[in-house]
Amino acid sequence: MHPQTLEGGFANPAADAAHAFRSVMEAVARPGTIHEITGARPPAPLSPAAGAVLLTLCDTDTPLYLAGAADCDAVRAWLAFHTGAPLAGPSDCMFALGTWDALLPLSAYPKGSPEYPDRSATLIVEAPALSDEGAVLQGPGIRDTARLSLPDIGAFRQNRALFPLGLDFLFTCDGRIAALPRATRVAAPAEMAEAR
Amino acid sequence: MTDQAYNFAYLDEQTKRMIRRAILKGLAIPGYQVPFASREMPMPYGWGTGGVQVSAAVLTPDDRFKVIDQGADDTTNAVSIRSFFERTAGVATTTVTTEATVIQTRHRIPEVPLAEGQILVYQVPIPEPLRFLEPRESETRKMHSLEEYGLMHVKLYEDIARHGHIATSYAYPVKVEGRYVMDPSPIPKFDNPKLADCPAIQLFGAGREQRIYALPPYTQVVSLDFEDHPFEASRADHPCGLCGAVDSYLDEVITDDAGGRMFVCSDTDYCETRQAAGHRGKDAA
Repeated sequence: MHPQTLEGGFANPAADAAHAFRSVMEAVARPGTIHEITGARPPAPLSPAAGAVLLTLCDTDTPLYLAGAADCDAVRAWLAFHTGAPLAGPSDCMFALGTWDALLPLSAYPKGSPEYPDRSATLIVEAPALSDEGAVLQGPGIRDTARLSLPDIGAFRQNRALFPLGLDFLFTCDGRIAALPRATRVAAPAEMAEAR
Repeated sequence: MTDQAYNFAYLDEQTKRMIRRAILKGLAIPGYQVPFASREMPMPYGWGTGGVQVSAAVLTPDDRFKVIDQGADDTTNAVSIRSFFERTAGVATTTVTTEATVIQTRHRIPEVPLAEGQILVYQVPIPEPLRFLEPRESETRKMHSLEEYGLMHVKLYEDIARHGHIATSYAYPVKVEGRYVMDPSPIPKFDNPKLADCPAIQLFGAGREQRIYALPPYTQVVSLDFEDHPFEASRADHPCGLCGAVDSYLDEVITDDAGGRMFVCSDTDYCETRQAAGHRGKDAA
């Protein structure tokens, strides 16, 4: 076993997880805002932010899908030791982790049922960059509009059309996190300019 | 000082993760009731077990915690929940609304407008707004999924037919973002307008009924009504006897057995702040 497998978890699990959760919750409650999230040092290619999200939300109750490069021995061993989350395919997962391209197609994930829309997957998208420019967001949690660098626009618009079903997205980059829950309406900047 | 016999904020980490996942799904689907595996807490059902579990899942050691029970900081329920988290989480506590980062509440929203960065946690007895109209969970769940809320309007209409106005005065149903009808917990309907466009995060926990739901900041929340009987936020038509406020929600207090009574702010922090600023009502000592 590689010694790094045992390292990189929360130094103070209860307090670190509480702080990390507040970052995740603020991100989900205010789509488009970017928050610091620290405390985890996962093996490559995971970002510290993605590591902290996994440590905060995943355990033996949450099937996890590792997509693309994230599905490697170092990550599997680290997650097995620190979270115990069972690995699953995209159709049975509660959480999925990977880059945007690796996670596609979105139709593969559970999007909830009309009576239980909460039984849908949360996708943790490893983003190369995260900034408050790009797509225009509107909806719950946003006073007027917000901006967030999204990997796509049409896919999120289709996801919104399923509401109250749909997927929820967390974007992680280095030690930062942003979110796009299903209730958020997404538009391209040009469309917003036309609407005015 | 923290009681070291317990994990931070009493609950074990796996339970907190489960509650945290439910809170995130609740925020993603505003107004939808997310089932969660409610735990036994060291207090009876009906005393805020849902609110306490939600508070335990969101508190960090840096928070400043406030608890109100019908607006008051000094009632049994508020005092014991506050000391519970002082002991098990070691968090700082306060009675001042503007200083608190997490506020757990039973049946009121503070008078002072909440700000970004604050979290309001409601204790909810019956989370299902349709429950007294349709007792079967399987049916109410179907009604929510089909957006079939006609029964609720019939109930409000029957109020009008019987009383001449909508007599529902607390737990007044609201519609969230044009989709889910939600029970705002038994807050007076005076507080309903404060649910909408609130800068704070609002979380609702029902322990016995095992449901969590949420309103993200700036969410559209509309109290159900009719065009010819619009929603009206009502309050007793008196100034506060202690601080003279005319814009706060009032409790009626019986003072003797000869019909004596006074009206006082239900929000003790609001009332005391006003008295400290020199405002006086007619009953002030």
